[in-house]
Amino acid sequence: MKYLMMIYSREEERGKISKAEMQVEMQAYGEFYQNVSPNHTIHGGEALQSTSTATTVSIRDGKTIATDGPFAETHEQLGGFYLVDCENLDDAIEVAAQIPGALHGHIEVRPVMAFE
Amino acid sequence: MNQAINTAITQIFREEHGRIMSILVNHIHDFSLAEDAIQDALVIALEKWDDDGIPHNPAAWITTVAKRRALDRIRRSSKHETSYEDIEEKLESELKTEFDDETNDMILPDDRLKLMFTCCHPALSMDAQVALTLKIVGGLSTDEIARAFLVNSSTMTRRLTRAKTKIRDAGIPYRIPPAHLLADRFESLLSVIYLIFNEGYCATGGDSLLRTDLCKEAIYLCRILLKVVPQTMEYAEVQGLLALMLLHDSRRLARITDDGELILLKDQDRDLWIATQIKEGIALIEDALQNGNLGAYQIQAAISAVHAEAKTYDETDLVQIAELYSILAKISPSPIVEMNRAVAIGMAYDVSMGLNHLMTLQADLVSYYPYYAALADFLLQTHQREAACDAYEKAITLCHNPAEKQFLQKQLDRTQF
Repeated sequence: MKYLMMIYSREEERGKISKAEMQVEMQAYGEFYQNVSPNHTIHGGEALQSTSTATTVSIRDGKTIATDGPFAETHEQLGGFYLVDCENLDDAIEVAAQIPGALHGHIEVRPVMAFE
Repeated sequence: MNQAINTAITQIFREEHGRIMSILVNHIHDFSLAEDAIQDALVIALEKWDDDGIPHNPAAWITTVAKRRALDRIRRSSKHETSYEDIEEKLESELKTEFDDETNDMILPDDRLKLMFTCCHPALSMDAQVALTLKIVGGLSTDEIARAFLVNSSTMTRRLTRAKTKIRDAGIPYRIPPAHLLADRFESLLSVIYLIFNEGYCATGGDSLLRTDLCKEAIYLCRILLKVVPQTMEYAEVQGLLALMLLHDSRRLARITDDGELILLKDQDRDLWIATQIKEGIALIEDALQNGNLGAYQIQAAISAVHAEAKTYDETDLVQIAELYSILAKISPSPIVEMNRAVAIGMAYDVSMGLNHLMTLQADLVSYYPYYAALADFLLQTHQREAACDAYEKAITLCHNPAEKQFLQKQLDRTQF
């Protein structure tokens, strides 16, 4: 089953970390990939730029509306994701727990819908 | 139809529900479908058993018929897609190899342990874990569970449906957790059962007669667990939990006056304590303690057993209780355990000692009303009346249980005059 793992953290705090801390974190993400990809297919994963670069799009009455900012203002913001093949939810939880973001933020784990 | 048969059939279905579910879910992986299939089988049973009599092996009959009904449902519904193809095949081959209903002597497997772990999975909310365990393993109806938790039926139906859907769609595996997850999951499982018990134990008030006896249900679930848990798992803790619940429950008739007022342990009429439950509880805990795998439920049961064995409160071995709390504080440390230890020390040795110990815990128990009640009691015993009144008032503000609140108010009134 495919699970989307969405990485949430406080952008405000992330903005304050030093270059050295950033390096350490990048290394940790690298290690995550090394540890998990041998046993799990990782279909994709990206870090996202901050919500200040977000634009929210919708169509109403035939018109395209684009507004500045994320869809919702939240206490923690979506900062990245992974799409991973896991055997079951326990497996997905174990993978998500290894994502460095889990240490200070939250990882939302959601199954991807399967269509025939 | 014959009322007696009707009752007998309902009883059988209730008792066998958990076990049959555990078998069906093995093949079907869909809790809702499995439940619907059993419901179908019940309808058929109500027709056939009235004419033909109750079969020799009712559980086997129900299981076979439920499998057929599940297959039928899959074929006829929109679920007849590739995702259910495997299930169809499995069911078809199962049914081919099964014996004729009448001569069915097969001993049904018992996968209720898997079922219990699945119902108590941490990815489900606590409310959902509790409701699901009572429904699927305990065989209670949605109405009965709704009444027990004072919500309406449609709320409970939604809660159950959501949980079953999550199990299926989020991929909660149907299995006994692997070794590295087992300890945590087992602890969760026991805590769900104990939570159900405490819901029932603390329930008071006029409508409690209409509410499902959750204490009885929790004890029943624990008995199932004791039956299916292998000796290699925390068998002694399951014994401990069962003993604890039996011993607490043995006092149920003595705890409350007819007007719904609480009576403290030391003031209870011990003739009203249920001797058979005490006997069973003590036997269980004695057996558990011999296994050497000491755990928190066992210690709590042992403490309860010391109380149960005393003919009067004054004859209670309070020193042993204080010692047991010390052990509990080492195995399962928490502010609440420390509080109970302080109380035990105060009662067994010296009230001032107990009081001093209690005072050190204030920061950790600032919104826990039993703490203030205990504090008040010791303050009163050491002649600090004003402080005792303050503590009772604090307790009353924090307490939301009507019977306990009333009891505390009485204590306050008595202290003030």
